[in-house]
Amino acid sequence: MMTREKILKDLQEKFKSDIIDVFDKSPKRVYIGIRPESLRKVAEYVVGILNARFNIATGLDARRHIEILYHFTLEDINLLVSFRVKLDRTSPKADSLTDILEGANWIEREIHEMLGVDFRGHPDLRKLLLSDDWPEGVCPLKADYKEWDKKAIRDRGI
Amino acid sequence: MKRDKKPARRTIVPIGPYHPLLEEPEFFTLTVEGERVVDIDVRIGYNHRGIEKLSERKTFDQSTFVIERICGICSTSHPFAYTRSVEDVIPVEVPERAKYIRTIIAEGERIHSHLLWAGLAGHFLGYNTVYMWVWKMREEILDVMEILSGNRNNYAMFKPGGVRRDIKPGDIPPVIKKLDTLTPTLEMLNKAIRDDPVLHARTKGIGILTKADAINYCALGPTSRASGVARDVRKDSPYGVYDRIGWNMITAKNGDVFDKIVVRILEVLESIKIMKTCLLTLPKGEIDLNLKSIPPGEGIGHVEAPRGETFHYVKSDGTNRPVRHKVRAPTFMNLPTFKATVVGETISDATIILAAIDPCYCCTERMAVKDRRGRTLYKGEDLVRLSQKKTETLRKGMK
Repeated sequence: MMTREKILKDLQEKFKSDIIDVFDKSPKRVYIGIRPESLRKVAEYVVGILNARFNIATGLDARRHIEILYHFTLEDINLLVSFRVKLDRTSPKADSLTDILEGANWIEREIHEMLGVDFRGHPDLRKLLLSDDWPEGVCPLKADYKEWDKKAIRDRGI
Repeated sequence: MKRDKKPARRTIVPIGPYHPLLEEPEFFTLTVEGERVVDIDVRIGYNHRGIEKLSERKTFDQSTFVIERICGICSTSHPFAYTRSVEDVIPVEVPERAKYIRTIIAEGERIHSHLLWAGLAGHFLGYNTVYMWVWKMREEILDVMEILSGNRNNYAMFKPGGVRRDIKPGDIPPVIKKLDTLTPTLEMLNKAIRDDPVLHARTKGIGILTKADAINYCALGPTSRASGVARDVRKDSPYGVYDRIGWNMITAKNGDVFDKIVVRILEVLESIKIMKTCLLTLPKGEIDLNLKSIPPGEGIGHVEAPRGETFHYVKSDGTNRPVRHKVRAPTFMNLPTFKATVVGETISDATIILAAIDPCYCCTERMAVKDRRGRTLYKGEDLVRLSQKKTETLRKGMK
C-alpha cells in the first residue's frame, strides 16, 4: 500500500508543469492548485490509478477568478485532496469530467447555472436547480448578483 | 415536443414533481413500452431554497440552525458535517464528551431513518403488517431521542466547537432499557424478511446496481454498500468516536432491492450496539470549546448520514460569517443511479426501485400516469396498488 508521502510526491513529480501550488493543510486535507487545461489529465490519474472517490466539486466566486474545487477522497490513506482550478471571471470555461466520471454530471450542471461556467464536452447542460425560465446570464452565486434583482423577476413574469 | 418524435406505443409516465422533505424534490419522467421502462429522466429543483446563499448572510452559529432544516429526517447529519467543516477551518478537535454525545445522536438518527424507510418499503410492497410493525419500533427510538435531546426530531444539539446540551446521567438507564427491548424485535424482523419467499420473489434481482456502476456514479451509503463497495466514512475517515468502539461495516454483493433492505436492517442493529457502547462509556468533562472567532481559511467536513456521505465545505474570510458554504446531500449522488437501475424493469417494480435508494416519499405518492391526450390513467395510489397486487399474485402462486 502506498503511503501519503509517496502518493503526494508521485503526484507532484508526474504533474510538475500542471501543479501551481500545494497547500498541505492537515494530515487529512491537502489543497492542490492546478492549471485548468490539465484538469482532465489529473482527474484520469486520480480516479483510474489512485482509485479515489469523487466527492463533489465546489464552485465559488473569488472576486478575481471563478474557482472550482474538485474534492477527491483517497480512502485507503484517509486523505481528502481538493484540486483547485482558477478560471477567467468574464467567460469561465472548463473541461467536463462527465465521460471519466458519471458522478460529475449533475454538479457540472449546477455550477453552470450558479456561476455561468461553460463545461466543454458536457452532454447535457440543462438547468438543474433553477427553473427553466430563469434568465440567461444571471448567476445567483456570483458576487455581483443582486438578490431580488428586479429585472430578473420581471423577465420571469412574476 | 420531444414526445412527438417517439414511436406512438411509447408512453411517458411522469412521477412527481414535488416533495417537500428532502433538499431535492424530484420529478421522474419514465418512458415505458408496454410495462417495461426504456428511459428515465430525473428533474430536480422544484423546491430549491437557496440555503447555500442564505448561509452566507448568517453567522457561523446561526447557520447551524438553518442547516438543520435542510432535511427533516436526517436533521443531524447536516449540522454534524457543517460543524466539522467549521472546526476544520481552525483546525481544532472538540472535547471527548462532546464527541461521544455527537456519535450517540447521529446513530439514533440512523436507526429512526432506516426504520422509517423499511416501513414504507413494506407498504409499497403490500406488506402493511411490516409497515405498522416497524413504525411502532420507530416510536421507541423517537422516545429515546426525546429523552436525550428534548425533541423527537430536529434535535438542535450541535454547535461549532461542541454540543449545546449535555446528557444527564439519570437519562441513560431508561434509554439503555428501551434499546435493549428493540434488539430482539429487530432480529425477528431481520429473520422474517430473509425467510419470506414472496419478498424474495419481489425484490431479488430487481433494480440491480452493479459495483462498476456504483463506483462510476459515485453512489454513497447503503446504496453503494449493497453493491459491494465497502466504503463508509465512519470507517475510512473516522470522526466522533467511531474509531474507538467495535462495530462492523455491513456490505452485500448483489446490489438489488433485497440487498438494500438487508444492509439497512443490519445497520440498525450495529447502530444500536454503537449507541449502547457510547452511553455506557460516556466520559466526564467539558462539552463545548466556546469558540470565539473563526480565522480566514477553508474547511471540509464529511460524515456518514443514513443515506450516505454528507459533504460540507466552508470558506471563511475572518469575519463572523462564511463567504461560501457548499452543501452536498447524499441523494444528490444517489439519484442519478436510476439511469442504471430502472431501465429494463417493469413499471410495477419502478415504485420500489425508486424508493430503494431511500429518497423521501411524497414523490412516489404523487405519481400520475397520463396518456398522450393528458387523460389520467393511474394516480399515485393506483401505482402503489399495482405494486401491491403483484405481490398478492405472487403470494397466491406460491401457495
